[in-house]
Amino acid sequence: MTQTDKIWPSNNLTEVPYAVYEDEQIYARERERIFQGPTWNILGLECEVPEAGDYKTTFLGDIPIVVVRGQDGALRGFENRCAHRGALLCLEKFGKTKVFTCAYHAWSYDYDGNLVGVAFQNGVQGQGGMPDDFRREDHGLRRVKIAVLAGLIFGSFDPDVQDLEHYLGPEHVRHIHRVLPKSPKVLGYYTQTMQNNWKLYAENVRDPYHASILHLFFTTFRVNRLSQKGGILVSEGGGNHISYSKLDPSGDDREYDKEKLRADSKFGLKASALLGGIDEFNDGITIQILSVFPNLVIQQVFNSLVVRQIVPRGVDTADILWTTYGFADDDDAMSEMRQLHSNYVGPAGYISMEDGAVGNFIQRALPGTAGMTSVVKMGGADAASMESRATETSIRGFWKAYRHHMGL
Amino acid sequence: MQNSIGKVAGLLADYAHCIDSDELERWPGFFTDQARYFVTTSFNRERGLPIGIIDATSRDMMEDRVAALRKANIYEPQRYRHIISVVRITGRDGKVVSAEAGFMVVRTLIDGTQDLFVSGRYEDVIDFSGESPLFAEKQVVLDSDKINTLLAIPL
Repeated sequence: MTQTDKIWPSNNLTEVPYAVYEDEQIYARERERIFQGPTWNILGLECEVPEAGDYKTTFLGDIPIVVVRGQDGALRGFENRCAHRGALLCLEKFGKTKVFTCAYHAWSYDYDGNLVGVAFQNGVQGQGGMPDDFRREDHGLRRVKIAVLAGLIFGSFDPDVQDLEHYLGPEHVRHIHRVLPKSPKVLGYYTQTMQNNWKLYAENVRDPYHASILHLFFTTFRVNRLSQKGGILVSEGGGNHISYSKLDPSGDDREYDKEKLRADSKFGLKASALLGGIDEFNDGITIQILSVFPNLVIQQVFNSLVVRQIVPRGVDTADILWTTYGFADDDDAMSEMRQLHSNYVGPAGYISMEDGAVGNFIQRALPGTAGMTSVVKMGGADAASMESRATETSIRGFWKAYRHHMGL
Repeated sequence: MQNSIGKVAGLLADYAHCIDSDELERWPGFFTDQARYFVTTSFNRERGLPIGIIDATSRDMMEDRVAALRKANIYEPQRYRHIISVVRITGRDGKVVSAEAGFMVVRTLIDGTQDLFVSGRYEDVIDFSGESPLFAEKQVVLDSDKINTLLAIPL
Protein backbone atom coordinates (compact mmCIF):
# COMPACT_ATOMS: atom_id res chain seq x y z
CA MET A 1 0.00 0.00 0.00
CA THR A 2 1.54 3.27 -1.10
CA GLN A 3 1.02 6.75 0.27
CA THR A 4 -1.30 7.39 -2.67
CA ASP A 5 -3.55 4.48 -1.67
CA LYS A 6 -4.17 6.12 1.71
CA ILE A 7 -4.98 9.55 0.34
CA TRP A 8 -8.70 9.43 1.22
CA PRO A 9 -9.38 9.44 4.96
CA SER A 10 -12.73 7.64 4.63
CA ASN A 11 -15.26 6.25 2.18
CA ASN A 12 -17.39 9.40 2.45
CA LEU A 13 -18.09 11.24 -0.77
CA THR A 14 -18.35 14.46 1.25
CA GLU A 15 -14.61 14.93 1.69
CA VAL A 16 -12.06 15.50 -1.02
CA PRO A 17 -8.38 15.49 -0.06
CA TYR A 18 -6.64 18.59 -1.40
CA ALA A 19 -3.67 16.44 -2.37
CA VAL A 20 -5.57 15.11 -5.40
CA TYR A 21 -5.08 18.50 -7.07
CA GLU A 22 -1.27 18.61 -6.81
CA ASP A 23 0.12 15.12 -6.30
CA GLU A 24 2.28 13.94 -9.21
CA GLN A 25 1.67 10.26 -8.39
CA ILE A 26 -2.06 10.84 -8.51
CA TYR A 27 -1.65 12.51 -11.89
CA ALA A 28 0.36 9.55 -13.21
CA ARG A 29 -2.29 7.13 -11.93
CA GLU A 30 -5.05 9.17 -13.58
CA ARG A 31 -3.23 8.88 -16.90
CA GLU A 32 -3.01 5.12 -16.46
CA ARG A 33 -6.34 4.19 -14.87
CA ILE A 34 -8.71 6.91 -16.06
CA PHE A 35 -7.48 8.13 -19.42
CA GLN A 36 -6.02 4.78 -20.51
CA GLY A 37 -8.61 2.86 -18.53
CA PRO A 38 -12.21 1.82 -19.29
CA THR A 39 -13.57 5.33 -19.91
CA TRP A 40 -15.00 7.05 -22.97
CA ASN A 41 -13.40 10.40 -23.78
CA ILE A 42 -14.68 13.10 -26.08
CA LEU A 43 -12.36 13.64 -29.06
CA GLY A 44 -14.40 15.96 -31.24
CA LEU A 45 -17.27 16.17 -33.70
CA GLU A 46 -17.75 13.82 -36.60
CA CYS A 47 -18.38 16.75 -38.93
CA GLU A 48 -14.78 17.87 -38.39
CA VAL A 49 -13.52 14.91 -40.43
CA PRO A 50 -16.21 14.43 -43.11
CA GLU A 51 -14.28 12.60 -45.87
CA ALA A 52 -11.91 9.66 -46.20
CA GLY A 53 -8.40 10.77 -45.28
CA ASP A 54 -9.58 13.76 -43.22
CA TYR A 55 -7.93 13.74 -39.83
CA LYS A 56 -7.77 15.79 -36.67
CA THR A 57 -5.23 15.76 -33.89
CA THR A 58 -6.35 16.04 -30.30
CA PHE A 59 -5.68 14.62 -26.85
CA LEU A 60 -7.07 11.75 -24.83
CA GLY A 61 -6.20 12.89 -21.34
CA ASP A 62 -2.91 14.57 -22.16
CA ILE A 63 -1.89 11.85 -24.64
CA PRO A 64 -1.61 13.09 -28.24
CA ILE A 65 -3.81 11.21 -30.67
CA VAL A 66 -5.06 11.31 -34.25
CA VAL A 67 -8.60 10.59 -35.44
CA VAL A 68 -8.93 9.78 -39.15
CA ARG A 69 -11.76 8.73 -41.44
CA GLY A 70 -10.95 5.59 -43.41
CA GLN A 71 -11.88 4.65 -46.99
CA ASP A 72 -14.86 2.72 -45.64
CA GLY A 73 -16.18 5.88 -43.95
CA ALA A 74 -15.49 4.62 -40.42
CA LEU A 75 -13.38 6.57 -37.96
CA ARG A 76 -10.13 5.24 -36.53
CA GLY A 77 -7.99 6.57 -33.73
CA PHE A 78 -4.39 6.01 -32.77
CA GLU A 79 -1.61 7.67 -30.86
CA ASN A 80 -0.02 10.64 -32.56
CA ARG A 81 3.44 9.23 -31.97
CA CYS A 82 5.72 7.45 -34.39
CA ALA A 83 6.47 3.87 -33.33
CA HIS A 84 10.14 4.37 -34.27
CA ARG A 85 11.57 7.14 -32.05
CA GLY A 86 8.38 8.54 -30.61
CA ALA A 87 8.11 11.81 -32.51
CA LEU A 88 4.75 13.46 -33.14
CA LEU A 89 3.40 12.26 -36.48
CA CYS A 90 0.95 15.08 -37.23
CA LEU A 91 1.42 18.68 -36.20
CA GLU A 92 -1.63 20.35 -37.77
CA LYS A 93 -4.96 20.46 -35.96
CA PHE A 94 -6.77 19.29 -39.08
CA GLY A 95 -5.59 17.84 -42.37
CA LYS A 96 -6.13 15.40 -45.18
CA THR A 97 -3.62 12.74 -46.15
CA LYS A 98 -3.21 9.43 -47.95
CA VAL A 99 -0.58 8.21 -45.54
CA PHE A 100 0.86 9.45 -42.23
CA THR A 101 4.59 9.97 -42.61
CA CYS A 102 6.88 10.88 -39.75
CA ALA A 103 9.06 13.91 -40.48
CA TYR A 104 12.04 12.45 -38.63
CA HIS A 105 12.86 9.23 -40.56
CA ALA A 106 9.87 8.89 -42.90
CA TRP A 107 8.26 5.86 -41.30
CA SER A 108 4.76 5.84 -42.69
CA TYR A 109 1.40 4.50 -41.55
CA ASP A 110 -1.98 3.83 -43.15
CA TYR A 111 -5.41 4.89 -41.86
CA ASP A 112 -5.45 1.93 -39.49
CA GLY A 113 -2.12 2.90 -37.96
CA ASN A 114 -0.31 -0.01 -39.62
CA LEU A 115 3.34 0.61 -40.46
CA VAL A 116 3.51 0.52 -44.26
CA GLY A 117 6.88 2.09 -45.01
CA VAL A 118 10.34 2.27 -43.42
CA ALA A 119 12.91 4.43 -45.19
CA PHE A 120 16.00 2.43 -46.19
CA GLN A 121 14.59 -0.71 -44.58
CA ASN A 122 17.04 -2.75 -46.67
CA GLY A 123 19.93 -0.38 -46.14
CA VAL A 124 21.87 1.58 -48.71
CA GLN A 125 24.00 -0.31 -51.23
CA GLY A 126 23.80 -3.47 -49.18
CA GLN A 127 24.97 -1.75 -45.99
CA GLY A 128 22.94 -1.12 -42.87
CA GLY A 129 19.16 -1.46 -42.90
CA MET A 130 16.82 -3.25 -40.56
CA PRO A 131 17.67 -6.73 -39.30
CA ASP A 132 16.07 -9.66 -41.15
CA ASP A 133 13.71 -10.38 -38.27
CA PHE A 134 12.24 -6.86 -38.36
CA ARG A 135 8.53 -7.11 -39.08
CA ARG A 136 6.50 -4.02 -39.88
CA GLU A 137 3.38 -5.56 -38.38
CA ASP A 138 5.05 -5.46 -34.95
CA HIS A 139 5.39 -1.70 -35.11
CA GLY A 140 1.97 -0.23 -35.71
CA LEU A 141 0.58 2.74 -33.80
CA ARG A 142 -1.28 2.09 -30.57
CA ARG A 143 -5.00 2.10 -31.36
CA VAL A 144 -7.76 4.08 -29.77
CA LYS A 145 -11.20 2.48 -29.87
CA ILE A 146 -13.72 4.89 -31.41
CA ALA A 147 -17.47 5.20 -30.95
CA VAL A 148 -19.82 7.83 -32.31
CA LEU A 149 -23.05 9.09 -30.77
CA ALA A 150 -25.15 12.01 -32.07
CA GLY A 151 -22.22 13.24 -34.16
CA LEU A 152 -19.80 13.20 -31.20
CA ILE A 153 -16.59 11.20 -31.42
CA PHE A 154 -15.56 9.31 -28.28
CA GLY A 155 -12.36 7.33 -27.80
CA SER A 156 -11.00 4.78 -25.36
CA PHE A 157 -7.63 3.10 -25.01
CA ASP A 158 -9.34 0.12 -23.37
CA PRO A 159 -10.60 -2.35 -26.00
CA ASP A 160 -12.84 -3.91 -23.34
CA VAL A 161 -14.58 -0.69 -22.30
CA GLN A 162 -18.36 -1.11 -21.96
CA ASP A 163 -20.39 0.08 -24.92
CA LEU A 164 -20.84 3.83 -25.14
CA GLU A 165 -24.61 3.96 -24.63
CA HIS A 166 -24.41 2.01 -21.38
CA TYR A 167 -21.47 4.10 -20.25
CA LEU A 168 -23.50 7.27 -20.80
CA GLY A 169 -26.77 5.98 -19.37
CA PRO A 170 -30.24 6.41 -20.91
CA GLU A 171 -30.86 9.95 -19.57
CA HIS A 172 -27.57 11.15 -21.01
CA VAL A 173 -28.21 9.56 -24.37
CA ARG A 174 -31.57 11.35 -24.43
CA HIS A 175 -30.19 14.73 -23.33
CA ILE A 176 -27.25 14.51 -25.76
CA HIS A 177 -29.64 13.83 -28.64
CA ARG A 178 -31.70 16.74 -27.34
CA VAL A 179 -28.94 19.25 -28.14
CA LEU A 180 -27.68 17.27 -31.16
CA PRO A 181 -30.91 16.25 -32.91
CA LYS A 182 -29.26 16.54 -36.33
CA SER A 183 -25.79 16.82 -37.79
CA PRO A 184 -24.01 19.83 -36.25
CA LYS A 185 -21.89 22.44 -37.96
CA VAL A 186 -18.86 23.97 -36.22
CA LEU A 187 -19.21 27.75 -35.75
CA GLY A 188 -15.99 28.54 -33.90
CA TYR A 189 -13.14 27.34 -31.71
CA TYR A 190 -11.11 28.69 -28.86
CA THR A 191 -9.06 27.30 -26.00
CA GLN A 192 -9.13 28.51 -22.43
CA THR A 193 -6.08 27.69 -20.33
CA MET A 194 -6.93 27.22 -16.68
CA GLN A 195 -4.18 27.54 -14.11
CA ASN A 196 -5.60 24.72 -12.05
CA ASN A 197 -5.87 20.95 -11.88
CA TRP A 198 -8.30 19.52 -14.45
CA LYS A 199 -10.55 18.09 -11.75
CA LEU A 200 -11.30 21.53 -10.33
CA TYR A 201 -12.93 22.35 -13.66
CA ALA A 202 -14.70 18.97 -13.79
CA GLU A 203 -16.15 19.80 -10.35
CA ASN A 204 -17.02 23.36 -11.31
CA VAL A 205 -19.25 22.26 -14.19
CA ARG A 206 -21.01 19.81 -11.86
CA ASP A 207 -21.61 22.49 -9.22
CA PRO A 208 -24.97 24.26 -9.58
CA TYR A 209 -24.62 25.64 -6.02
CA HIS A 210 -22.12 28.30 -7.15
CA ALA A 211 -24.00 29.44 -10.24
CA SER A 212 -26.10 32.26 -8.79
CA ILE A 213 -23.45 33.20 -6.22
CA LEU A 214 -20.22 33.45 -8.23
CA HIS A 215 -21.87 34.50 -11.49
CA LEU A 216 -23.65 37.70 -10.59
CA PHE A 217 -24.56 38.80 -14.09
CA PHE A 218 -28.17 37.61 -14.04
CA THR A 219 -28.92 38.81 -10.52
CA THR A 220 -27.21 42.18 -11.05
CA PHE A 221 -29.22 42.86 -14.16
CA ARG A 222 -32.36 41.36 -12.63
CA VAL A 223 -32.97 38.90 -15.36
CA ASN A 224 -33.01 35.95 -13.00
CA ARG A 225 -36.28 34.14 -13.46
CA LEU A 226 -37.45 33.09 -10.04
CA SER A 227 -40.04 30.84 -11.59
CA GLN A 228 -37.34 28.78 -13.27
CA LYS A 229 -37.70 25.06 -12.73
CA GLY A 230 -34.85 22.66 -13.00
CA GLY A 231 -33.03 19.73 -11.59
CA ILE A 232 -29.94 17.60 -11.44
CA LEU A 233 -29.66 14.13 -12.91
CA VAL A 234 -26.73 11.98 -11.88
CA SER A 235 -25.92 8.78 -13.77
CA GLU A 236 -25.75 5.44 -12.04
CA GLY A 237 -21.98 5.38 -11.59
CA GLY A 238 -21.98 9.03 -10.57
CA GLY A 239 -19.57 10.30 -13.21
CA ASN A 240 -22.06 11.84 -15.62
CA HIS A 241 -24.48 14.61 -14.71
CA ILE A 242 -27.09 16.86 -16.27
CA SER A 243 -28.13 20.16 -14.77
CA TYR A 244 -31.02 21.90 -16.45
CA SER A 245 -33.37 24.76 -15.86
CA LYS A 246 -36.52 25.74 -17.69
CA LEU A 247 -39.17 28.37 -17.67
CA ASP A 248 -42.18 27.27 -15.69
CA PRO A 249 -44.87 26.80 -18.35
CA SER A 250 -47.50 27.54 -15.70
CA GLY A 251 -45.68 30.71 -14.68
CA ASP A 252 -47.42 34.04 -15.03
CA ASP A 253 -46.54 35.78 -18.30
CA ARG A 254 -46.90 39.17 -16.64
CA GLU A 255 -44.14 38.21 -14.25
CA TYR A 256 -41.96 37.45 -17.22
CA ASP A 257 -42.84 40.78 -18.84
CA LYS A 258 -42.04 42.53 -15.61
CA GLU A 259 -38.60 40.97 -15.63
CA LYS A 260 -38.06 42.28 -19.10
CA LEU A 261 -39.19 45.73 -18.07
CA ARG A 262 -36.74 45.69 -15.25
CA ALA A 263 -34.06 44.93 -17.76
CA ASP A 264 -34.76 48.31 -19.26
CA SER A 265 -34.49 50.09 -15.91
CA LYS A 266 -31.32 51.82 -14.85
CA PHE A 267 -30.10 48.55 -13.36
CA GLY A 268 -30.67 46.72 -16.57
CA LEU A 269 -29.03 46.08 -19.89
CA LYS A 270 -29.21 48.71 -22.60
CA ALA A 271 -29.11 46.10 -25.34
CA SER A 272 -31.90 43.81 -24.18
CA ALA A 273 -31.71 41.69 -27.36
CA LEU A 274 -29.25 39.54 -25.43
CA LEU A 275 -32.16 38.44 -23.24
CA GLY A 276 -34.15 37.09 -26.13
CA GLY A 277 -33.94 33.51 -27.29
CA ILE A 278 -35.50 30.81 -29.40
CA ASP A 279 -36.91 27.65 -27.82
CA GLU A 280 -35.20 25.57 -30.49
CA PHE A 281 -35.73 22.19 -28.85
CA ASN A 282 -39.38 22.92 -27.97
CA ASP A 283 -39.16 21.95 -24.32
CA GLY A 284 -38.58 25.21 -22.48
CA ILE A 285 -35.15 24.19 -21.18
CA THR A 286 -33.02 27.31 -21.42
CA ILE A 287 -29.81 26.13 -19.79
CA GLN A 288 -28.47 22.59 -19.85
CA ILE A 289 -25.02 21.61 -18.65
CA LEU A 290 -24.21 17.96 -19.28
CA SER A 291 -21.00 16.25 -18.25
CA VAL A 292 -19.59 12.82 -19.03
CA PHE A 293 -16.73 11.39 -17.01
CA PRO A 294 -13.92 12.23 -17.42
CA ASN A 295 -13.48 14.97 -20.01
CA LEU A 296 -16.72 16.04 -21.73
CA VAL A 297 -19.05 18.95 -21.10
CA ILE A 298 -21.89 19.87 -23.46
CA GLN A 299 -23.46 23.20 -22.81
CA GLN A 300 -26.65 24.87 -23.94
CA VAL A 301 -26.90 28.43 -22.64
CA PHE A 302 -30.00 29.74 -24.40
CA ASN A 303 -28.99 29.36 -28.07
CA SER A 304 -25.26 29.00 -27.46
CA LEU A 305 -24.32 25.35 -27.99
CA VAL A 306 -20.80 24.24 -27.12
CA VAL A 307 -18.84 21.03 -26.75
CA ARG A 308 -16.05 21.46 -24.22
CA GLN A 309 -13.17 19.03 -23.94
CA ILE A 310 -10.99 19.04 -20.83
CA VAL A 311 -7.28 18.38 -21.47
CA PRO A 312 -5.04 17.97 -18.39
CA ARG A 313 -1.65 19.69 -18.81
CA GLY A 314 0.14 18.62 -15.66
CA VAL A 315 -1.09 18.78 -12.07
CA ASP A 316 -1.72 22.52 -12.07
CA THR A 317 -2.90 23.38 -15.61
CA ALA A 318 -5.73 22.31 -17.91
CA ASP A 319 -6.85 23.42 -21.34
CA ILE A 320 -10.55 23.63 -22.11
CA LEU A 321 -11.15 23.22 -25.85
CA TRP A 322 -14.39 25.02 -26.75
CA THR A 323 -16.16 24.05 -29.96
CA THR A 324 -19.22 26.19 -30.66
CA TYR A 325 -21.74 24.60 -32.99
CA GLY A 326 -25.04 25.16 -34.72
CA PHE A 327 -26.90 23.42 -37.53
CA ALA A 328 -26.84 23.68 -41.31
CA ASP A 329 -30.48 24.80 -41.37
CA ASP A 330 -30.06 27.66 -38.87
CA ASP A 331 -31.88 30.67 -40.33
CA ASP A 332 -30.70 34.28 -39.95
CA ALA A 333 -32.62 34.79 -36.70
CA MET A 334 -31.09 31.67 -35.19
CA SER A 335 -27.57 32.57 -36.37
CA GLU A 336 -27.98 35.99 -34.80
CA MET A 337 -29.08 34.45 -31.50
CA ARG A 338 -26.12 32.05 -31.46
CA GLN A 339 -23.83 35.01 -32.11
CA LEU A 340 -25.45 37.15 -29.37
CA HIS A 341 -25.51 34.35 -26.84
CA SER A 342 -21.84 33.55 -27.47
CA ASN A 343 -21.25 36.56 -25.19
CA TYR A 344 -22.53 34.58 -22.21
CA VAL A 345 -19.89 31.84 -22.42
CA GLY A 346 -16.19 31.23 -22.80
CA PRO A 347 -13.24 33.11 -21.30
CA ALA A 348 -15.03 36.47 -21.76
CA GLY A 349 -18.53 35.15 -21.06
CA TYR A 350 -20.87 37.14 -18.82
CA ILE A 351 -21.89 34.04 -16.89
CA SER A 352 -18.72 31.99 -17.21
CA MET A 353 -15.58 34.12 -17.07
CA GLU A 354 -15.34 33.58 -13.30
CA ASP A 355 -15.01 29.83 -13.84
CA GLY A 356 -11.64 30.49 -15.48
CA ALA A 357 -10.31 32.02 -12.29
CA VAL A 358 -12.02 30.25 -9.41
CA GLY A 359 -10.16 26.95 -9.83
CA ASN A 360 -6.92 28.92 -9.70
CA PHE A 361 -8.03 30.51 -6.43
CA ILE A 362 -8.13 26.98 -4.99
CA GLN A 363 -4.89 25.89 -6.68
CA ARG A 364 -3.00 28.86 -5.22
CA ALA A 365 -4.25 28.10 -1.72
CA LEU A 366 -3.13 24.43 -1.74
CA PRO A 367 0.15 24.95 0.18
CA GLY A 368 -0.49 23.89 3.76
CA THR A 369 -3.37 21.53 3.01
CA ALA A 370 -1.49 18.24 3.50
CA GLY A 371 -3.87 15.75 5.11
CA MET A 372 -6.81 18.16 4.81
CA THR A 373 -10.05 17.74 2.88
CA SER A 374 -12.65 20.10 1.43
CA VAL A 375 -16.34 19.96 2.41
CA VAL A 376 -18.88 18.68 -0.11
CA LYS A 377 -22.02 18.28 1.99
CA MET A 378 -24.57 20.50 0.29
CA GLY A 379 -27.69 18.48 -0.43
CA GLY A 380 -26.68 15.41 1.55
CA ALA A 381 -24.00 12.76 1.43
CA ASP A 382 -24.89 10.68 -1.61
CA ALA A 383 -24.82 11.20 -5.35
CA ALA A 384 -28.49 10.90 -6.28
CA SER A 385 -30.55 12.97 -8.72
CA MET A 386 -32.47 15.85 -7.16
CA GLU A 387 -34.84 18.63 -8.12
CA SER A 388 -33.09 21.30 -6.08
CA ARG A 389 -30.07 22.98 -7.50
CA ALA A 390 -28.80 23.94 -4.02
CA THR A 391 -26.77 20.78 -3.98
CA GLU A 392 -23.35 19.30 -4.58
CA THR A 393 -24.72 15.88 -5.45
CA SER A 394 -23.12 15.76 -8.91
CA ILE A 395 -19.71 16.73 -7.49
CA ARG A 396 -20.03 13.75 -5.15
CA GLY A 397 -20.97 11.71 -8.21
CA PHE A 398 -17.75 12.74 -9.92
CA TRP A 399 -15.70 11.57 -6.95
CA LYS A 400 -17.65 8.33 -6.76
CA ALA A 401 -16.68 7.53 -10.35
CA TYR A 402 -13.16 8.85 -9.86
CA ARG A 403 -12.47 6.71 -6.81
CA HIS A 404 -13.91 3.68 -8.55
CA HIS A 405 -11.56 4.08 -11.51
CA MET A 406 -8.56 5.06 -9.42
CA GLY A 407 -9.04 2.28 -6.85
CA LEU A 408 -8.93 4.84 -4.03
CA MET B 1 -2.31 58.70 -47.11
CA GLN B 2 0.47 59.85 -44.77
CA ASN B 3 -2.12 62.00 -43.05
CA SER B 4 -4.53 59.09 -42.57
CA ILE B 5 -1.82 56.95 -41.03
CA GLY B 6 -1.11 59.67 -38.51
CA LYS B 7 -4.80 60.16 -37.67
CA VAL B 8 -5.44 56.44 -37.23
CA ALA B 9 -2.32 56.09 -35.10
CA GLY B 10 -3.55 58.95 -32.93
CA LEU B 11 -6.95 57.31 -32.50
CA LEU B 12 -5.36 53.98 -31.59
CA ALA B 13 -3.08 55.70 -29.07
CA ASP B 14 -6.10 57.34 -27.40
CA TYR B 15 -8.00 54.03 -27.49
CA ALA B 16 -5.14 52.11 -25.85
CA HIS B 17 -4.65 54.84 -23.27
CA CYS B 18 -8.33 54.66 -22.33
CA ILE B 19 -8.13 50.91 -21.66
CA ASP B 20 -4.67 50.82 -20.11
CA SER B 21 -5.52 53.60 -17.66
CA ASP B 22 -8.78 51.86 -16.63
CA GLU B 23 -11.12 54.49 -18.01
CA LEU B 24 -13.42 51.82 -19.41
CA GLU B 25 -16.50 54.04 -19.15
CA ARG B 26 -15.01 56.05 -22.04
CA TRP B 27 -14.33 52.93 -24.13
CA PRO B 28 -17.75 52.71 -25.89
CA GLY B 29 -17.35 56.36 -26.86
CA PHE B 30 -14.70 55.35 -29.41
CA PHE B 31 -17.41 53.61 -31.47
CA THR B 32 -20.36 54.64 -33.61
CA ASP B 33 -23.88 53.70 -32.39
CA GLN B 34 -24.14 50.66 -34.63
CA ALA B 35 -20.48 49.63 -34.48
CA ARG B 36 -19.40 46.06 -34.06
CA TYR B 37 -16.61 45.07 -31.68
CA PHE B 38 -15.62 41.49 -32.37
CA VAL B 39 -12.82 39.47 -30.78
CA THR B 40 -11.91 36.24 -32.58
CA THR B 41 -8.91 34.09 -33.41
CA SER B 42 -6.93 33.90 -36.63
CA PHE B 43 -7.74 30.17 -36.70
CA ASN B 44 -11.48 30.94 -36.88
CA ARG B 45 -10.89 33.77 -39.33
CA GLU B 46 -8.93 31.59 -41.76
CA ARG B 47 -11.71 28.99 -41.74
CA GLY B 48 -14.52 31.51 -42.03
CA LEU B 49 -16.02 30.51 -38.68
CA PRO B 50 -18.41 33.19 -37.41
CA ILE B 51 -18.41 32.77 -33.62
CA GLY B 52 -15.64 34.35 -31.61
CA ILE B 53 -14.91 35.29 -28.01
CA ILE B 54 -16.69 38.66 -27.69
CA ASP B 55 -19.27 39.96 -30.15
CA ALA B 56 -20.80 43.36 -29.35
CA THR B 57 -22.99 44.49 -32.22
CA SER B 58 -23.82 47.99 -30.94
CA ARG B 59 -22.40 50.66 -28.66
CA ASP B 60 -25.15 49.77 -26.17
CA MET B 61 -23.74 46.26 -25.93
CA MET B 62 -20.31 47.71 -25.22
CA GLU B 63 -21.78 49.87 -22.46
CA ASP B 64 -23.47 46.78 -21.05
CA ARG B 65 -20.13 44.98 -21.01
CA VAL B 66 -18.48 47.78 -19.09
CA ALA B 67 -21.41 47.85 -16.64
CA ALA B 68 -21.09 44.07 -16.19
CA LEU B 69 -17.34 44.32 -15.59
CA ARG B 70 -17.88 47.04 -13.01
CA LYS B 71 -20.96 45.67 -11.23
CA ALA B 72 -21.33 41.97 -11.84
CA ASN B 73 -18.31 40.05 -13.05
CA ILE B 74 -15.69 38.88 -10.60
CA TYR B 75 -12.06 38.84 -11.66
CA GLU B 76 -8.76 39.66 -10.07
CA PRO B 77 -7.67 43.27 -10.38
CA GLN B 78 -5.47 43.50 -13.44
CA ARG B 79 -4.22 45.99 -15.95
CA TYR B 80 -3.18 45.94 -19.57
CA ARG B 81 -0.34 47.58 -21.44
CA HIS B 82 -1.01 47.84 -25.17
CA ILE B 83 1.91 48.08 -27.56
CA ILE B 84 0.60 48.95 -31.03
CA SER B 85 2.54 48.68 -34.29
CA VAL B 86 2.79 51.11 -37.16
CA VAL B 87 -0.56 51.48 -38.93
CA ARG B 88 -1.30 50.12 -42.41
CA ILE B 89 -4.14 51.69 -44.42
CA THR B 90 -6.02 48.95 -46.25
CA GLY B 91 -8.89 50.84 -47.85
CA ARG B 92 -10.73 54.09 -48.21
CA ASP B 93 -14.30 54.97 -49.13
CA GLY B 94 -14.98 58.69 -48.84
CA LYS B 95 -14.52 59.57 -45.20
CA VAL B 96 -14.35 55.96 -44.10
CA VAL B 97 -10.89 54.45 -43.78
CA SER B 98 -9.96 50.82 -43.24
CA ALA B 99 -6.75 50.21 -41.35
CA GLU B 100 -4.76 47.45 -39.70
CA ALA B 101 -2.29 47.50 -36.85
CA GLY B 102 -0.54 44.78 -34.90
CA PHE B 103 -0.71 44.81 -31.12
CA MET B 104 0.58 43.08 -28.02
CA VAL B 105 -1.01 43.28 -24.59
CA VAL B 106 0.95 42.61 -21.42
CA ARG B 107 -1.32 41.73 -18.50
CA THR B 108 -0.24 42.55 -14.96
CA LEU B 109 -2.03 41.09 -11.93
CA ILE B 110 -1.97 42.72 -8.51
CA ASP B 111 0.48 40.17 -7.16
CA GLY B 112 2.94 41.38 -9.80
CA THR B 113 2.55 38.44 -12.19
CA GLN B 114 3.18 39.75 -15.67
CA ASP B 115 2.69 37.93 -18.96
CA LEU B 116 2.38 38.56 -22.63
CA PHE B 117 -1.39 38.03 -22.58
CA VAL B 118 -2.26 38.22 -26.27
CA SER B 119 -0.95 39.44 -29.60
CA GLY B 120 -2.91 40.00 -32.77
CA ARG B 121 -4.11 42.60 -35.17
CA TYR B 122 -6.80 45.24 -35.20
CA GLU B 123 -8.85 45.36 -38.38
CA ASP B 124 -10.59 48.69 -38.08
CA VAL B 125 -13.13 50.59 -40.11
CA ILE B 126 -12.95 54.22 -39.02
CA ASP B 127 -15.54 56.87 -39.74
CA PHE B 128 -13.90 60.30 -40.14
CA SER B 129 -17.11 62.15 -41.07
CA GLY B 130 -17.84 63.51 -37.60
CA GLU B 131 -16.05 65.82 -35.25
CA SER B 132 -13.77 63.08 -34.02
CA PRO B 133 -12.99 59.78 -35.73
CA LEU B 134 -15.00 56.77 -34.52
CA PHE B 135 -14.67 53.03 -35.07
CA ALA B 136 -17.54 51.78 -37.21
CA GLU B 137 -16.08 48.31 -36.78
CA LYS B 138 -13.22 46.88 -34.80
CA GLN B 139 -12.23 43.29 -35.31
CA VAL B 140 -9.60 42.01 -32.90
CA VAL B 141 -8.00 38.98 -34.51
CA LEU B 142 -5.83 37.08 -32.02
CA ASP B 143 -2.75 35.21 -33.24
CA SER B 144 -3.26 32.36 -30.76
CA ASP B 145 -6.53 30.63 -30.00
CA LYS B 146 -5.54 30.25 -26.34
CA ILE B 147 -6.75 32.66 -23.69
CA ASN B 148 -5.09 32.34 -20.32
CA THR B 149 -7.71 32.18 -17.53
CA LEU B 150 -10.17 34.82 -18.73
CA LEU B 151 -10.65 37.86 -20.92
CA ALA B 152 -12.42 40.51 -18.86
CA ILE B 153 -11.12 43.93 -19.90
CA PRO B 154 -11.60 44.59 -23.65
CA LEU B 155 -8.58 44.51 -25.94
